[in-house]
Amino acid sequence: MVENRRWLNLLTHAVLLLGLAVVALPLWMTFVASTLGPGELINPPIPLLPGSHLLANYGEALSSGMARAGGVPVGTMLFNSLVMALGIAVGKIAISVISAYAIVYFRFPFRMTVFWLIFVTLMLPVEVRIVPTFQVVSSLGMLNSYAGLTIPLIASATATFLFRQFFLTVPDEYLEAARIDGAGPIRFFRDILLPLSRTNMAALFVILFIYGWNQYLWPLIVTTDEHLYTIVMGIKGMVTVSDEEPNWPIVMATSMLAMLPPVAVVIAMQRLFVKGLVDTEK
Amino acid sequence: MAELHLNGVRKVYAGGVEAIRGVDLEAEDGEFVVIVGPSGCGKSTLLRMVAGLERTSEGEIRIGERVVNDLEPAQRDIAMVFQNYALYPHMSVFRNMAYGLNNQGRPKEEILERVQRAARMLQLEGLLERKPRQLSGGQRQRVAMGRALVRDPKVFLFDEPLSNLDAKLRVQMRVEIKALQRGLGTTAMYVTHDQVEAMTLADRLVVMNGGVAEQIGRPLDIYQRPATRFVAGFIGSPSMNFLTAAVAADGRSLELPGELRVPLSARAGPTAGRQVTVGVRPEHLHLSPGSGPRLTLSVGLIELLGAETVVYGHPAGHEEAVTLRVQGVPEVTEGQDLELGLDPAHVHLFDARTGRSLSHPDDGGAV
Repeated sequence: MVENRRWLNLLTHAVLLLGLAVVALPLWMTFVASTLGPGELINPPIPLLPGSHLLANYGEALSSGMARAGGVPVGTMLFNSLVMALGIAVGKIAISVISAYAIVYFRFPFRMTVFWLIFVTLMLPVEVRIVPTFQVVSSLGMLNSYAGLTIPLIASATATFLFRQFFLTVPDEYLEAARIDGAGPIRFFRDILLPLSRTNMAALFVILFIYGWNQYLWPLIVTTDEHLYTIVMGIKGMVTVSDEEPNWPIVMATSMLAMLPPVAVVIAMQRLFVKGLVDTEK
Repeated sequence: MAELHLNGVRKVYAGGVEAIRGVDLEAEDGEFVVIVGPSGCGKSTLLRMVAGLERTSEGEIRIGERVVNDLEPAQRDIAMVFQNYALYPHMSVFRNMAYGLNNQGRPKEEILERVQRAARMLQLEGLLERKPRQLSGGQRQRVAMGRALVRDPKVFLFDEPLSNLDAKLRVQMRVEIKALQRGLGTTAMYVTHDQVEAMTLADRLVVMNGGVAEQIGRPLDIYQRPATRFVAGFIGSPSMNFLTAAVAADGRSLELPGELRVPLSARAGPTAGRQVTVGVRPEHLHLSPGSGPRLTLSVGLIELLGAETVVYGHPAGHEEAVTLRVQGVPEVTEGQDLELGLDPAHVHLFDARTGRSLSHPDDGGAV
């Protein structure tokens, strides 16, 4: 498939550039809009180059963005989102790595039943079970709390399943060598299995962090206290102001800020992320 | 240091498959026991039962004075070298070797000292900070040995430890393992399917087949006095030639197809007319026939190995192929007919039905 023809090179580059434009244009427009002054965006033509209000807009978004719309500053919402995303990612990994360990390495009655039960819940995403989950969370008094935001989303079939598949590829000889070396179940898990799953955990962390960060419906339902609003909810709230035009540049600046943490996570863990998805370090 | 006793050891899997069908074995303190057999004969299972990685269904395994049947592997005071080494990939060589001692809660200085001593013995001193993937196959093998060594166990267990190495390294490591075990005086149990390894390493050789120890003895005894046809065919390379024959009516000689008659010595006394299998090792056929019985061979393939030559052919009147092994480079061409001498003293007789030796009926394994 490696051919060196001039027109073919041009064609492939053109296709790639087109793809890039499709993906990047909305991001660019968001950035441009976040640097414009209050009225500039509404009047056609829509500007394609950044304006001069960059610092002012971002400053306003961070300090008092929603305050004008009767809410909390973006900083608080970013923090809430961070807590939620981290809680979900870390919680999911912790729970599922332990349950996968139990399913793969221990022989107990109804082991496969348990596995299939977990597997079946793959078919039940948050939205499907949202009403009963809300009922449970509310009777436990967890509404308007970080626990209520994170715990119901932590139980995860996907991650359990992935860890199970990974553990099955770990050679039995490691377990046997560890047994001879006098490592019990906890030591084997901590000293050998967890370090071996490092790259898988990193890859899952990236995916789950973004999953947690992007949650919209669930935080909308369990939080009524605006001090617990997440950034994704907050942006929506900023758009639906009554009686006046939404302040688009501030909304766009907030959107840009909301995109930064996931980007940072991806960049920071990129090396491990790719490794975890591509190669199996054995 | 300890003796190792297996007493009527059996392994039956949950599905009812009987992998080990009653093995008795005694290894003295410091003895090097090699278990050899074809794949699927249960040799690895037996080793893993001694290690404690497989449960023993029946019988007793004793290391020193202790019955270890119900002990965890770590409590048995054994160390094992795995076929694929099973080095922990994320740990340095040092940590790999120290892991078992760490788990025993030994003091830091002792661990350091023991690992360094083992590293010196195995010439691993410069590699202690490396990760297993940065090592060559031979070095990994040494680390696996080192991990076993630092524990100073009562018994070393080796599960085909050399099968992943190339031929040259294998010979070198074989010599080193033997020297190391001699020097330490630790009892060792070694599983292999390679009969050269088995012959060279063993103080006591166990030939296994179908979950049973067919013969246990000193390597040379097993070579010279195989108890069964299986053992005779398995030990020795190229393997023993087998020809079917019947005992003549007078009970004094053997009748083979092709008018071949071999006198029977007095020690074996199979009854007249009985069907037997005659076994002759390729090295016991010779090109200059004397007055004794002769075998005419039409030569097929010739393998020139330099120091020796292996000739394959068909004897007149026989179904079976016959292999001949001679020193140096003889004057033989393909298609030629060869007159071979057969020394009656080196002829082995086996019962055609049971495969048991008729020449050495007293030797034998714990069948």
